[in-house]
Amino acid sequence: MTGLSPETVTSPTNAHGLCGPGGLPDLGAPREPITPQEVERIRRDFPILARKVRSGHELIYLDTAATAQRPSCVMDAMTWFANNNYAAVNRGAHLLGEESTEAFEDARARVARFFGATPSEIVFTSGTTAALNLIALSLGELAQGEPPASSAVPHICPGDRIVVTQAEHHANLVPWQRLAARTGAELAWIDAGPDGRLNLESLAALIDSRTRVLAFTHASNVTGAVTDVARLVEAARSVGALTVLDAAQSAPHLPVDFRALGVDLAAISAHKMLGPNGIGALYGRREVLEQLPPVFTGGSMVEIVTMTEATFCPPPGRFEAGTQPVTEAIGWAAALDYLSHLGMDRLAEREAKLTARLLDAVTGIPGVRLLGPADPADRLGVVALDIEGVHPHDAGQYLDDRGIAVRVGHHCAQPIHRALGVRASTRASVGLYNTEAEIDAFAEALANVRPYFGATQ
Amino acid sequence: MSEPSGLESLYRELILDHYRRPRGKDLAPTFDAESFQVNPVCGDEVRLRVKLGAASSDELGGTDILGQVTWTGTGCSISQASTSVMCELVRGEDLGRVAELEAAFGRLMHSRGLGLESEADEDALGDAIAFEGVAKYPARVKCALLGWMALKDALAKAVAGDSSPAPGPKG
Ligand SMILES: Cc1ncc(COP(=O)(O)O)c(C=O)c1O
Repeated sequence: MTGLSPETVTSPTNAHGLCGPGGLPDLGAPREPITPQEVERIRRDFPILARKVRSGHELIYLDTAATAQRPSCVMDAMTWFANNNYAAVNRGAHLLGEESTEAFEDARARVARFFGATPSEIVFTSGTTAALNLIALSLGELAQGEPPASSAVPHICPGDRIVVTQAEHHANLVPWQRLAARTGAELAWIDAGPDGRLNLESLAALIDSRTRVLAFTHASNVTGAVTDVARLVEAARSVGALTVLDAAQSAPHLPVDFRALGVDLAAISAHKMLGPNGIGALYGRREVLEQLPPVFTGGSMVEIVTMTEATFCPPPGRFEAGTQPVTEAIGWAAALDYLSHLGMDRLAEREAKLTARLLDAVTGIPGVRLLGPADPADRLGVVALDIEGVHPHDAGQYLDDRGIAVRVGHHCAQPIHRALGVRASTRASVGLYNTEAEIDAFAEALANVRPYFGATQ
Repeated sequence: MSEPSGLESLYRELILDHYRRPRGKDLAPTFDAESFQVNPVCGDEVRLRVKLGAASSDELGGTDILGQVTWTGTGCSISQASTSVMCELVRGEDLGRVAELEAAFGRLMHSRGLGLESEADEDALGDAIAFEGVAKYPARVKCALLGWMALKDALAKAVAGDSSPAPGPKG
């Protein structure tokens, strides 16, 4: 047998003719809006959606913001690779090692293409949380050394300022709290208004010559509010502050091009965008990555190691210590191909319609308060609700009994809940596989929650 | 009578009643020990205070009893009702008995909805048997145990003579 080309390696499902291994060409993707027939076809790609849950109910999965279900082609790509090519990447001189390394780098190139980056700007991490921690830890490391003459990345000193927002997931807040504590910098934040949108009036007061970092979410995983990235990037640039974007929630639902957005660094998770869990990426502009020191050290990321010293690989390898999750990288690339084939713009358009329907339905229910912007134009289909007199756990349990999967609790974002005057919420979030009928079923069940718990007086 | 659905077996009328009208939910100003427990998954909180008393009857030979147990908190119907039912069950019992009840309730919660093996446990738990349905939902077991954890912690402190206020946001 001759060596397999990377195309063959990563294109197992070609044979099944479903979602393109190697990606069906983006340009060939149909440009018409997504039809109900197409949604039915999409749903068939997700076997789990046919599963029956509690008391034989159809599953209505409205928890995509926590993690998305995966289409068969993603699982097939991983299985196919595992059965045919799997070995450690960047290691063996043998055929499988070579194929695995090629497939891993091919996956990186596809991730880069999807996000408007070059392959060397994509660092594989275990997910968004790991990517954000990596940035904060690396900046902390840098702050301990001598300040360089000039740098694309800040050397954070006592009295400097790190700015975040009140809408952050803990993953884009706690690492900055720690960095501030470590460096003596001040942590400041942009407040969220009553509908969860950021109060950008305060920008001028927060972004000045002392500001070194501006870290913010592209879309809130609670309110769904989408951030005006251009405005924040412009403000940060005007003072030379580093921008860090948490794109965990936006990447699955909007076309996201990091170069076009103009951010310095960004974080994403595969599992929220139809990919496997355990993998994600840190995007970094090349000049920025080049100046960040590594955080995890060990195998794969070094050039020459003596008993006392080591030199490090250039990015992205410098940040990828240890044996890399190659199977997951391949699964993620397959997921991105699937999304590209459908077209992120078409998906965004369809999800906006579902979101509008969902918002419309929930705002009419007595005692149910929407936590987030009411206008679908300002937000994603991540819809958190406060149900008067009913604890989110109880609401979630009631919905679960009808086969409806939602998330309850604080969704790893306590500050924004506190800002909106609640401890926790019930959150429904839509994905490309949800239907209008499912939204209606959710709304109908939701309307029964307060009566069931006797909360209607 | 038809089998109650999963939901009905979870939200027994008794549970909803205790949720709407919680018992003992009136934090006493004086106490021998206090505990504050939070469920990190959902942020549910219980602050609970105990006061010990000496049993008067000869038969009990001066052992400590749980004289008073009061609490406050926020949370789901399961955590709130469970704490409420617990208060009624343990108040006035001697500490050995309280420990037995606590263990029996723990066994009920880990029964995976298959019921208790021991009839003695069943008899002892009284109204708390209503929480049997919770055991079928592993994610909710912690809710039902929140108040019991606070009680266990507070009693351990009381016996050790530790009457310091428990940390955490004031209820
Ligand atoms: C906005 C946002 N940021 C960060 C994260 C963390 O992502 P992960 O758990 O995949 O690292 C999430 C997911 O929960 C999120 O929604």
